[in-house]
Amino acid sequence: MEKLVSLIPLFPLVGFLYITFFGKGLSKNLIGGIGSGAIFLSFIVSIAVFTTQLHGGNPTTVKVLDWITAGTFDIDIAFIVDPLSTIYLLFITGVGFLIHVYSIGYMHDDEGFNRFIAYLNFFVFFMLILVLGDSYVTMFVGWEGVGLCSFMLIGFWYKDMKNNDAAKKAFIINRIGDLGLIIGMCIIFFQTGSLKYDELYISGSEASSLQGWHLHAAAIFLFIGAMGKSAQIPLHTWLPDAMAGPTPVSALIHAATMVTAGIYMVARSSDLFSASDIASDVVTYVGILTAILGATIALTQNDIKKVLAYSTVSQLGLMFVALGLGAYSIAVFHVITHAFFKALLFLGSGSVIHGMGGEQDIRRMGGLKKYMPTTHITFLIGTIAIAGIPPLAGFFSKDQIIAVAFENNILIFVLASLVSALTAFYMFRLYYLTFHGKFRGTHDQEHHLHESPKVMTIPLVVLAGLSIVGGFIGFPHAVGHSVHFPHWLDHFLEKTVVMPFMEADVATESILMIVATVIALVSTYFAYNMYKKNEELALEDDEIESSTHLTLVNKYYIDELYDKIIRKPVDQLSAFIGKFIEPNVVDGLVKQVSAIPQGIGAATKLVQNGKMVMYILAMIIGLIVLLITLI
Amino acid sequence: MMEILPNVTINHYLMLSVALFTIGAFGILFRRNAIIMFMCVELMLNAVNLTLVAFSKLWGGTDAQVFVFFIMVVAAAEVAVGLAILMMLYRNMHTTSTDVLDKLKW
Repeated sequence: MEKLVSLIPLFPLVGFLYITFFGKGLSKNLIGGIGSGAIFLSFIVSIAVFTTQLHGGNPTTVKVLDWITAGTFDIDIAFIVDPLSTIYLLFITGVGFLIHVYSIGYMHDDEGFNRFIAYLNFFVFFMLILVLGDSYVTMFVGWEGVGLCSFMLIGFWYKDMKNNDAAKKAFIINRIGDLGLIIGMCIIFFQTGSLKYDELYISGSEASSLQGWHLHAAAIFLFIGAMGKSAQIPLHTWLPDAMAGPTPVSALIHAATMVTAGIYMVARSSDLFSASDIASDVVTYVGILTAILGATIALTQNDIKKVLAYSTVSQLGLMFVALGLGAYSIAVFHVITHAFFKALLFLGSGSVIHGMGGEQDIRRMGGLKKYMPTTHITFLIGTIAIAGIPPLAGFFSKDQIIAVAFENNILIFVLASLVSALTAFYMFRLYYLTFHGKFRGTHDQEHHLHESPKVMTIPLVVLAGLSIVGGFIGFPHAVGHSVHFPHWLDHFLEKTVVMPFMEADVATESILMIVATVIALVSTYFAYNMYKKNEELALEDDEIESSTHLTLVNKYYIDELYDKIIRKPVDQLSAFIGKFIEPNVVDGLVKQVSAIPQGIGAATKLVQNGKMVMYILAMIIGLIVLLITLI
Repeated sequence: MMEILPNVTINHYLMLSVALFTIGAFGILFRRNAIIMFMCVELMLNAVNLTLVAFSKLWGGTDAQVFVFFIMVVAAAEVAVGLAILMMLYRNMHTTSTDVLDKLKW
């Protein structure tokens, strides 16, 4: 049964190749069908493979072919089948399929429809390679591949230079993280001689040869890779800009799957991270800082997708907090629930943008609930889920992160609760400004408003369903014991990842859950008070006076800071090199070298003067000299 | 006339040959007219031919005479080509002076 796993990435690859080479002239519905169908087949196989793991199958590796063999170093293209990879498979292909279907409706009028579906398939292929690879090297192939697809899809509407800039920014910032990942891999390899997970972690012996600073350095460098891919401070700036891509891309790549690759990688390396307390602390603090930064910026953004983007940054931060505190399975839990509700919210926002004819500014929206009932209901479900109001998915996963924080570090607990409160607030702000009150857009837009077609709303409904029930895979003990369904996910994952030390008694857990719920509800109430009743609070950019507000609207001026301390100096250095070093040193050296043969030529060209007499004289003199010496 | 012949030794042939060769060499060095230089070349070739024939007679071999025929054939061919070149040069440059013809290009 496990052998089937190699089919999973094959379907999207075939889909990509088929659409690219034979897609011309086929109807858009057929292309969409091929693209979604490929992912659906992968989904079916994923379920089959997942089932074997669910029924107690042991983690196995399925070798596809040899790749690199050099001396003792050998890397196969091989796929690992274990709880962690199969659960990732399920939501990548499942959510991926829904987003493909949605894209058929969303991109229907776009001239690049074929290219879009092909890229999406290609992306899913690489994402599956990333998750399935049995070594860091194979994972790295997928890691780079999803980066490439992300680049191509952010810049999908390449005629607008802004989109190309955003694509380049994402690519370049990811390169910084990738460098960290490569260095981390090198340290692991030189210390242990292996990059395969089963040799490093499962058989347990190899990783233990990593000691002292090697261990900390390896973990921290791997985490730098994760920072790039999962948009953590200070490499988070690309993710909000990545919203330049079409909305399904934001949902699939920049919310549900690719950005969680960093969490996957850290969870996969949980042995390494749990052994290094320094690296774990770094992960925790970077995570919580990112969570706060993302949540506070999201409070003031007025672009519907930017709010969701910063929300993603913030939620990813929370996942890293869980990872840093050693609760790897809980981080994965939050990845899954987040994939459901964030994909739902992005697709919902896409539906809104579709209905508004491309408008993304929530100050021009309002009152959409009567025009787009399905979108409204599903978006509301997503909002409740992310806000952490029980019993929807976000509550369970976020509550457990907060519970872990409470047991380990009270400061992190307070900050994480704050983030959770802010999340509820900005999400309901977004919801009320978009769907309630009077319509604030132009008359044309109001006339154009319509509910999206079925092909778009059905994925929304399915994702809404998942956002409601998705949390039940990780019931906390307090509730779980009474229904005999405790921490199913934890038990499922314990073969693969290190389990957290967490033995909170039921009372503490219950109190924490109540506290979390109260916080979320109070926040929601504030948002309701401010935005449901008083619509004038959505200020235009030039009306803002408070400096705090300005700082938040301008995203803490981090882009400007990078511009000043990195881009400008580099530009100036380039200008300096171009003006002085290049003409004087580089060209100067080349000119010096070229002067040598020129000088020799100038001296010797006198011989070749064309005067026949001189040649003959030289010949005769030469002959005489030759004769004299010979005699 | 015939009685002088036995008194003519190899030295006389060689001296004549040297004289002819030197005249040819100096002619090439000091004249500027390409046609005259050509004639000087012929003079030098014939000086060599003379030496070869003289030694051939002295030693009684025939190898050297074969060489002479080769040299004459080559010289004839050379004249044919060389004079044709000179003709073209004169048509285009209106001179055969080697002082003028020093461009080394067309």
